[in-house]
Amino acid sequence: MSFSQMSIRQLQQSLRDGKTSSVELTRACLERIAATDARVNAFVTVCDESALAAAAEADRKLAAGEGGPLTGIPIAVKDIFNTAGVRTSCGSRILENYTAPYDATAFAKLQQQGAILLGKLNMDEFAMGSSNENSANDPVHNPWDLERVPGGSSGGSAAALAAGQAYATLGTDTGGSIRQPASFCGVVGVKPTYGRVSRYGVIAYASSLDQVGPLAHNVEDAALMLGAIAGYDPADSTSVDCPVPDYLTGLNAGVKGMKIGLPREYFIEGLDPAVKQAVEAAIEVYRGLGAEIVDVSLPHTDYAVACYYLIATAEASSNLARYDGVRYGVRQRVEGGLTGMYEKTRAAGFGDEVKRRIMLGTYALSSGYYDAYYLKAQKVRTLIREDFLKAFEQVDLLLTPVAPTAAFKLGEKTDDPLQMYLSDIFTIPVNLAGTCALSLPCGMDGQLPVGLQLIGQPFDEARILQAAQAYEAETDWHKQRAPLD
Amino acid sequence: MHSRYEVVIGLEVHVQLTTKTKIFCGCSTAFGSHPNSQTCPVCLGLPGALPVLNQQVVEYAIRAGLATNCQIAPRSIFARKNYFYPDLPKGYQISQFELPITEHGWLDIDKEAGEKKRIGITRIHMEEDAGKLLHGGNSGSRVDLNRACTPLLEVVSEPDMRSADEAIEYLKQLHQIVVYLGICDGNLEEGSFRCDANVSLRPFGQVELGTRAELKNINSFRFIKQAIEYEVERQAELLDDGGKVVQETRLFDADTGVSRSMRGKEEAHDYRYFPDPDLVPLVVDEAWISRVRAELPEMPLVKRQRYVEQFELPDYDAGVLSAERGVAEYFEALVDLHAQPKICSNWVMGEVMRALKENGSTIIDCPVSPELLAGLLKRIDDNTISNKIAKTVFEEIWQTGKSADQVIEEKGLKQVSDSGAIEAILNEVIAANMGQFEELKAGKDKLTGFFVGQVMKLSKGKANPGMVNQLIQKKLSE
Repeated sequence: MSFSQMSIRQLQQSLRDGKTSSVELTRACLERIAATDARVNAFVTVCDESALAAAAEADRKLAAGEGGPLTGIPIAVKDIFNTAGVRTSCGSRILENYTAPYDATAFAKLQQQGAILLGKLNMDEFAMGSSNENSANDPVHNPWDLERVPGGSSGGSAAALAAGQAYATLGTDTGGSIRQPASFCGVVGVKPTYGRVSRYGVIAYASSLDQVGPLAHNVEDAALMLGAIAGYDPADSTSVDCPVPDYLTGLNAGVKGMKIGLPREYFIEGLDPAVKQAVEAAIEVYRGLGAEIVDVSLPHTDYAVACYYLIATAEASSNLARYDGVRYGVRQRVEGGLTGMYEKTRAAGFGDEVKRRIMLGTYALSSGYYDAYYLKAQKVRTLIREDFLKAFEQVDLLLTPVAPTAAFKLGEKTDDPLQMYLSDIFTIPVNLAGTCALSLPCGMDGQLPVGLQLIGQPFDEARILQAAQAYEAETDWHKQRAPLD
Repeated sequence: MHSRYEVVIGLEVHVQLTTKTKIFCGCSTAFGSHPNSQTCPVCLGLPGALPVLNQQVVEYAIRAGLATNCQIAPRSIFARKNYFYPDLPKGYQISQFELPITEHGWLDIDKEAGEKKRIGITRIHMEEDAGKLLHGGNSGSRVDLNRACTPLLEVVSEPDMRSADEAIEYLKQLHQIVVYLGICDGNLEEGSFRCDANVSLRPFGQVELGTRAELKNINSFRFIKQAIEYEVERQAELLDDGGKVVQETRLFDADTGVSRSMRGKEEAHDYRYFPDPDLVPLVVDEAWISRVRAELPEMPLVKRQRYVEQFELPDYDAGVLSAERGVAEYFEALVDLHAQPKICSNWVMGEVMRALKENGSTIIDCPVSPELLAGLLKRIDDNTISNKIAKTVFEEIWQTGKSADQVIEEKGLKQVSDSGAIEAILNEVIAANMGQFEELKAGKDKLTGFFVGQVMKLSKGKANPGMVNQLIQKKLSE
């Protein structure tokens, strides 16, 4: 087996056995990036020198028998994570010159555990988008079909894996931004429970919905990565002080007797037949493995997208106020004083989708509209969360499609924001409910991967990982590789 | 003051708290440091940084709430107040809007003739301060964010005050309370206690309030009085001329004594308040409130009453001694060591406060500790020195930190109680003032003081005045 097909655990063993070195793995990743990224455009920054230096240091540790399960493993992170000394532009012109003086907690944890940072990954500007076409950089191309989008907003994080450029990546998920690109690119993506992973140092889009999570080639790697980044962080008041289980223990315990719910509102018209077929086949796999399949209802599903676009934009309008050109970022120098500077800086610095959401959110919070929009959306959010908690009284987890279709073409939806928003219709409710979910490959629509979503109870990531592992062990979808060469 | 209109005043006071660190990060709150030296990703509003609430700030807010008879909310919420300004790094201020930490309190203020008036306190909430803009010549304006994220309490009163004097009385009492509680240094010049005043007029008898003007950021009691009085005049003239008061924010210029419009109602900000998703709801349980209540210091009015009852001090003395917590603590420590409250009171109100004032010092830094002063009072009490000499000794203790006994010994100030020595001096004085002595003998009693004074003078103050008196009487009866 070539190293590029190994799980992180197998790689770690090879490193420990001296069959390879971190420098060798890192160099191979950097070469792969050099060979493929002109076409994929997953990376916005590649850290050749610092990656090789860190790899050499990891090799010293490995030789001394030190380090942990991630020591020497090359990874990459979405450009939304602050990385001290490495530019963090968040897919935006307004931060194109910004380098943070500190590390995001989730990234710092990976680095402390010896992971090697290959570079920073392309994304929709401020994580607003479902196709990566809202990046201030050129868009990411899906390695399975370069004419198609990789999904968004963590498009670079998914595409880098599909292109074989890294062994694992970090993304963020506010309305599906890990799961939808994972689905489009045929990799595993986990959106942990809100509060499970620290948001400290992660540039905020919508603070009550944003959550950090891993993307990986397989379920075991995703579980390993999640364990490495999860846990309470005193620097993030919304992170929850709840014990983090060892996600690898019990990963192979199977699904016999597990109750899996199918929310009927998710199997609707408009669901692409190929996606429907793949998900239904997956349901049969679970039935065959001894899971009990139960019909459930999440009655407020229809309101989720509208609710999301009020809450997320309201928070974003406030979160993005700090990009005013005063302290950091790109300032437009103009005559006309302070207001002129603000206006020109923000007009030039933000892209159309970001401006659209700032305006939507500002409106939703405005005096006289607050009750009708923001407050009502919060009430709907509570109902959506209660839908999930009620369903979880009957079942252990929920199974749904990740997105209504496989990856669509670049440019196909850019002129129609509403169509674009609907590509997150199955992922958004999970963020509103604040619970956990993952996406894993479950079939193909022609040459394009299709993803399956497993939704778990709050802080019960272990169970959806266990169910995902059972499916993965039974199927070969995760072994398929994008035909990039 | 115009008698045609009733003046209605409500006050919003910003109280800067004396926590060592800022409200949402670990940076120091010290005043006067090099610009931007006390900052971190959180108070600079860097992308990705998140606030973490300083528990001490909550503790202080509970103290303030309890001391002003407010109810403490079991659950309160932080909200974002959104507006753009270069001194506001995040583009929003973290404050409280709906569900503040404490509401529905009151303070009783003194009116003339011992009357009291109750002023309602609407709410007290926690918030962060903004930074400072430094405007300087050609180099443009610069931003100092040392003050950004410094903890504030905003104390909002009901519109219960009817004159500038009532407003001042309320402010003085609130100021005394927050300083007493040890939550604010009370320094007006440095902006630790800042006031906005809402002023409106209405014809007497009218129930609904008139249109108000808000006077911003006034930082001395004197200016507040001036600003309110100016505003009352301005509005009264407007109304007299058949005009209308417009709702606006006005800035008072202390140099000219005039205020000018800063922004009108139509330019008023829509702050788009909403709950801050980065901070979880603050839960304060009954046990916490009880502990803070138990640890509250005795409030000045209660203390004043107690001094009158327990130490039998005049109300005036009790008021002066209880006005400042440090002075009260000093006084009580002194009484513990020297159980003559009135004498202690005289010394604290007299020599101690005079010396503090002359030296621009505060009671905390007083070089004559209660122990040193008690040592001195003891030597007056046992006639080792006179009251007059004691003042000299006090000066010496202040300068050197030595004990009273040491000073008396070194300077040879011990009172002369040797009757032979005193009699010799007295004889000298009588010989030099025979005329007066005859008059004294003839019954002009007030001349006794003259002879005592002369003996004290010749003895350089060391003669025991009681003995001098006795000896004079003896001479007169000879």
